[in-house]
Amino acid sequence: MIKIENISKHYGPFQVLKNCSTEVKKGEVVVVCGPSGSGKSTLIKCVNALEPIQSGSISVDGTSVTDGKINLPRLRSRVGMVFQHFELFPHMSITENLAIAQVKVLKRSREEAMCKAQGLLKRVGLQAHAHKHPGQLSGGQQQRVAIARALAMDPICMLFDEPTSALDPEMVNEVLDVMVELAEEGMTMMCVTHEMGFARKVANRVIFMDQGEIIEDRNSQEFFDSPESDRAQQFLSKILTH
Amino acid sequence: MQNLDFSVVLNALPYLAQGMLFTLQVTAVAMIGGIIFGTLLALARLSQLVWLRSLAGAYVNLMRSIPLILAIFWIFFLVPEIVAWLLGSPEPVQVGTTKTAFIAFTIFEAAYFCEVIRAGIQSVAKGQSAAGQAVGFTYVQNMRYVILPQAFRAMIPVLLTQVIILFQDTSLLYVISATDFLGAASKVAQRDSRLVEFYTFVAIVYFVICFTLSKVVRRYQSRLNRSSANA
Amino acid sequence: MSFNFDVYLQQSPEPGMTYIGLLGSGLAWTVALALSAWIIALVMGTLVGVARTLPYPWLVRLGNGYVELFRNIPLLVQLFLFYFVLPELLPTDLGDWIKSFGAPWGPFFTAMIVLGLFTSGRISEQVRAGINSLAKGQRAAALAMGMTLTQAYRYVLLPMAGRRIIPPLTSEFMTIFKNSSVALTIGVIELTAQAQQMNEFTFRTYEAFGAATLIYVLVALTVNRLMAMIERASYIPGTATQER
Repeated sequence: MIKIENISKHYGPFQVLKNCSTEVKKGEVVVVCGPSGSGKSTLIKCVNALEPIQSGSISVDGTSVTDGKINLPRLRSRVGMVFQHFELFPHMSITENLAIAQVKVLKRSREEAMCKAQGLLKRVGLQAHAHKHPGQLSGGQQQRVAIARALAMDPICMLFDEPTSALDPEMVNEVLDVMVELAEEGMTMMCVTHEMGFARKVANRVIFMDQGEIIEDRNSQEFFDSPESDRAQQFLSKILTH
Repeated sequence: MQNLDFSVVLNALPYLAQGMLFTLQVTAVAMIGGIIFGTLLALARLSQLVWLRSLAGAYVNLMRSIPLILAIFWIFFLVPEIVAWLLGSPEPVQVGTTKTAFIAFTIFEAAYFCEVIRAGIQSVAKGQSAAGQAVGFTYVQNMRYVILPQAFRAMIPVLLTQVIILFQDTSLLYVISATDFLGAASKVAQRDSRLVEFYTFVAIVYFVICFTLSKVVRRYQSRLNRSSANA
Repeated sequence: MSFNFDVYLQQSPEPGMTYIGLLGSGLAWTVALALSAWIIALVMGTLVGVARTLPYPWLVRLGNGYVELFRNIPLLVQLFLFYFVLPELLPTDLGDWIKSFGAPWGPFFTAMIVLGLFTSGRISEQVRAGINSLAKGQRAAALAMGMTLTQAYRYVLLPMAGRRIIPPLTSEFMTIFKNSSVALTIGVIELTAQAQQMNEFTFRTYEAFGAATLIYVLVALTVNRLMAMIERASYIPGTATQER
């Protein structure tokens, strides 16, 4: 579904991604982890071309992302993304947040969009707040709305950029529960996260990155039981002793 | 395109330089006077005494509501009257364009400087004032050693920008036929019927000066941001 | 220092007009000038401000150049450039056509355009700052959902930025209102000009300038009240408590 081939990226003189390659098959859940500055957030933002790359190629469901001629908005409408800081649109109600892209990008009718929005809000447990604005909700609630907003577009795969890092601890689980459900339903997911419990539970594979390089890319069971590289071992020991 | 002749500008340079000198004098006096008076106004607006706060507030709001041209007209009329009243003279006393211009711009711009300074003072963390008091400073000492130095350091770019605005505002002395830079250029231009050449020259000079100054201010500002980020 | 209200009702040299009528006509010219220039300023300012936030470096530089041009030359000098210099620099036919506009419309339209463009530079600064003050994530989120850049600006960035810049826009409107007085130098008989004329005819300076001052202050108060109402009407629930 997602193919990343030999991509490299620079910010000025600083190389952020060094020759990274990996693949996410349909229905797979891949977790990307690593110390801060490892480039994991940048990697995931390259998949829907929010960040440009200088070399290599990326394709989603057979369509190249890096080819200059493709219709990026159309491609992005099929790839769902959830951000660390939720990024709900504050001037719209949460129902409107879910509906607007359906209407303006997918050209659905307003009734259809609203219906879908309500269904999704129910699914994430927030239908009671449908008329509220994002500012009136807690962080965990906002992130669940953000997931619903991405799902409203009927995406073929979902990208998560540290979805729980900005949440207070007591709200992390409500968001992870939604993500686990999604995984169990067979959604293709690529997820940057520190939540190793989540990774252990649903991830098929784990990618460990450090300083712009993919150090390990293995079956998640094997990764957690016996990480091959020293850096991965160090990283895991720091995280898991929490 | 009529026949342009910029040599007339060259010939008039000494006279224009005099005009520019006057412009710079007014700017300098209004800058210093305006900042001093503006600081006093800012302190007054932040004071605990209600009557002082209201008085200063009313003054600042009044000055900021009226056009500078109207303020110039007012002050050029009032100064002779007030001086006459002070000196007990029956007739308005002629004070002269220069001094009146100094007074007018100081009084007017002080209101604008006041708002910049007030914001600067309020941006200094409350804890600073408390720390000063805890050490035993009086209000004046606190202001002098703790608050104002920090406030001014942060405000210098904004103050300088206001000075650049002041520099441009002095061109309005034209309305009382003063011989500032624009006034001088205008007089020669009308005498020689060379409006195009002179006004173009004036625009270019103003542009070069203001653009350079604002670049300097911006460089200073980024140096300030960098050093405060490390603090 | 005696204040005499009767002077307002005196007949002025203008046939059939009292002084208060003259002041009223001055106010009308001021309002007309300020409002029409304001529209130009808003349109141009928004266009240039948005252009300066787009991912096209040449466009950003063009926008920056536009702002620098209008910001580093005094308004009065710009007015003279437009009124005296520009018609001479254009091809003769165009220049003559412009010069054929007699008072009061020639000076009025010139002042309107100059004031509008001058203020548009300042407004573009507010717009640019407003858009950039939004977290970068908002743009990313809109694009990630498949919106085009235009849609992202239209539905997400501009609505939020618009609300944020209401306070600075208020002060910009007051500034344009005050700056309109500059037009008196090319013959627009706006409020300050009328006050000065009244002073010259009646020698009642306090009454003449006092009336103009009062009117400007009242306008300032009204505009502030109006903008506070607009701010309240556009309030987004939850904004006050939202931390980022």
